[in-house]
Amino acid sequence: MRHIISILIENEAGALSRVAGLFSARGYNIESLTVAPTEDVSLSRMTLVTSGSEQIVEQITKQLNKLIDVIKLLDITEGAHIEREMMLIKVKADRGHRDEVSRLVDIFRGRIIDVTDVSFIVEMTGSPSKLDAFINAVHEDLVVEVVRTGPCGIARGSKGLTL
Amino acid sequence: MELSGAEIVVQYLRDEGVEYVFGYPGGAVLHIYDALFNQDDVKHILVRHEQAAAHAADGYARATGRPGVALVTSGPGATNAVTGIATAYMDSIPLVVLTGQVASPFIGSDAFQEVDTVGITRPCVKHNFLIKRREDIAETFKKAFYIATSGRPGPVVVDIPKDITDPNVRIPYAYPSKIKMRSYNPVAKGHLGQIKKAVEMMLSAKRPVVYTGGGVIIGDAADELTRLIHATGFPITSTLMGLGGFPASDRQFLGMLGMHGTYEANMAMHDTDVLVAIGARFDDRVTGHVAHFCPNAKIIHVDIDPSSISKNVKVHVPIVGPVQKVLKDMVKVVKETRQQPEEGALKAWWEQIEQWRAMDCLRYDRQSSKIKPQFAVETLYKVTGGDAYVCSDVGQHQMFAAQFYGFDKPRRWINSGGLGTMGFGLPSAMGVKMAFPEQEVALVTGEASIQMCIQELATCKQHDLPIKIILLNNGYMGMVRQWQEFFYDRRYSNSYVDALPDFVKLSESFGHVGMRVERPEDLEGAMREAFAIKDRLVFLDVIVDPEENVYPMIEAGKGHHEMYLSPASELV
Repeated sequence: MRHIISILIENEAGALSRVAGLFSARGYNIESLTVAPTEDVSLSRMTLVTSGSEQIVEQITKQLNKLIDVIKLLDITEGAHIEREMMLIKVKADRGHRDEVSRLVDIFRGRIIDVTDVSFIVEMTGSPSKLDAFINAVHEDLVVEVVRTGPCGIARGSKGLTL
Repeated sequence: MELSGAEIVVQYLRDEGVEYVFGYPGGAVLHIYDALFNQDDVKHILVRHEQAAAHAADGYARATGRPGVALVTSGPGATNAVTGIATAYMDSIPLVVLTGQVASPFIGSDAFQEVDTVGITRPCVKHNFLIKRREDIAETFKKAFYIATSGRPGPVVVDIPKDITDPNVRIPYAYPSKIKMRSYNPVAKGHLGQIKKAVEMMLSAKRPVVYTGGGVIIGDAADELTRLIHATGFPITSTLMGLGGFPASDRQFLGMLGMHGTYEANMAMHDTDVLVAIGARFDDRVTGHVAHFCPNAKIIHVDIDPSSISKNVKVHVPIVGPVQKVLKDMVKVVKETRQQPEEGALKAWWEQIEQWRAMDCLRYDRQSSKIKPQFAVETLYKVTGGDAYVCSDVGQHQMFAAQFYGFDKPRRWINSGGLGTMGFGLPSAMGVKMAFPEQEVALVTGEASIQMCIQELATCKQHDLPIKIILLNNGYMGMVRQWQEFFYDRRYSNSYVDALPDFVKLSESFGHVGMRVERPEDLEGAMREAFAIKDRLVFLDVIVDPEENVYPMIEAGKGHHEMYLSPASELV
């Protein structure tokens, strides 16, 4: 099953490689990993998407907790949560396809943020499945380049994953 | 007090109460070595290879319970130490390893003797640090010692670029008396509700077994364990790493379990209905095939490391906490509860166990004209009164030592269990002897293992370490040969150590006493002679039966009830 693990970690050199190294050393999957400092610059927040049996995911969370730099973590897929991913996608948009692409972007509530006479760059956020759907909706011959951030996530409700 | 970076390193070690640093100098640590030169509190033990520095610090830590400290230079100094660091990591031994690094401006430039030490050691340390400012030295060391020794202990590497230790730049220094880390808070005690649940389950058991590991030794819980075992009347078995946590001479002890465990211990594991695992981690050499592991048991697991729980085997009652405190609470609950153990069932269980024990699975041919390795270890036990510190390398001799030297006290049995590092023995014995110069320190080794760190005979000479080396010389890599005999149709591919040195002359050339024994009847006399020489290292080359095997044996991937037994026990 797919799990999204949110991690608060010391914003120190090497912290990211400790997490990444743990996954490669123990043979766990990483589907995606996003990391950036929080409002407190001494802290980084990671969102890690992984998959595995309950037993493996339990081990993953325990092993992550064991890393000295990890302060707290939460498997947000255990409860109601929101996830969002951003995508920048460059599509061919010559005279024959401009209207069609532009309509699709509207339907998916994306924004065209760069235009040339033969292409658009589209910015889009949403759940990973929505971004997949957009890619599938655009004819594959028109897709030039896809850049995705990987999802970041947050648990619903008033409680936060904070110190 | 204004000190240079190098002086801060040394002053910190003094303030931390470090007695010995095991190390080897080199370019990146020269400033630190200069600072060491100017004081006498921290004694430096010069090894002959950096692997030995880590192993010696490790042996010191295992015997004393205090953190071992090693100091090596950058590049090859650090990579040589990696095997020793990984050895300590696998057995949860507290080490602080200082590695020199090239000067900060050169990091990343492929400078002379540069490696990414933090990157290389990351998977085999509890934590590591690269110091970037000299102002951080003291606090980083404080953290390093705290992390290494608390919770589930382990090695911590501190990488120090050369410019940080520059003798010409001085800054104020004060020993940081306290440290708090928001990201690291080891558990202080076990959950009382879980402990009560565990005791209830234990007292209702009909065929209980207590299975203990290295956590009992590392967690200084031998007394508490002994109290619990005596209070419950339960049988107890121990892993290789847990030997000495409960007296081997006690009737309730079933011997070691696992791949080369006793018949009674493994059969009891297979038939138990309540297994109490304490400070043990369900290693594959212990469990065999997990699908056949304790098929009928409810499992209670006490461990300080949450990630050890349900890692290999699903447990029913987990208790996360320091073993010593948890056992103390357990004994209290056992004594206070009105619930009584299942006396009748326990009696029947013990009768069954005694039947298994009567098989005498460690029997060997005592009439042999060759020296049997088992006999050599038994003789060592006799000569040392069972009270020596016994270090070992890895292989058959290690198993014979574990099976035949009955350890009654913790921290007396020093060996590399998790990583299985050949070459560990001699340097670890140096660490033990430094810590306990008045005690007998014996190294039981093999002719293959000893050659992996043989250069340390020079260290023993220089630092006056009268260790007694008992070499069980069978001319083979015994354990490799045994597997080849069993599983590769006796094709002894590269397991024969041809061209062995004359160990007597070799040790004499290092300035030690060398002796050789070839007949069983000469062994005890030779050993007594060796131990009577108090002030010199004696290297006893014992020529043993070349094709003796370690029994019982469970083939990898089999269950506890599927043991090979010795032909000598006439049970096959």
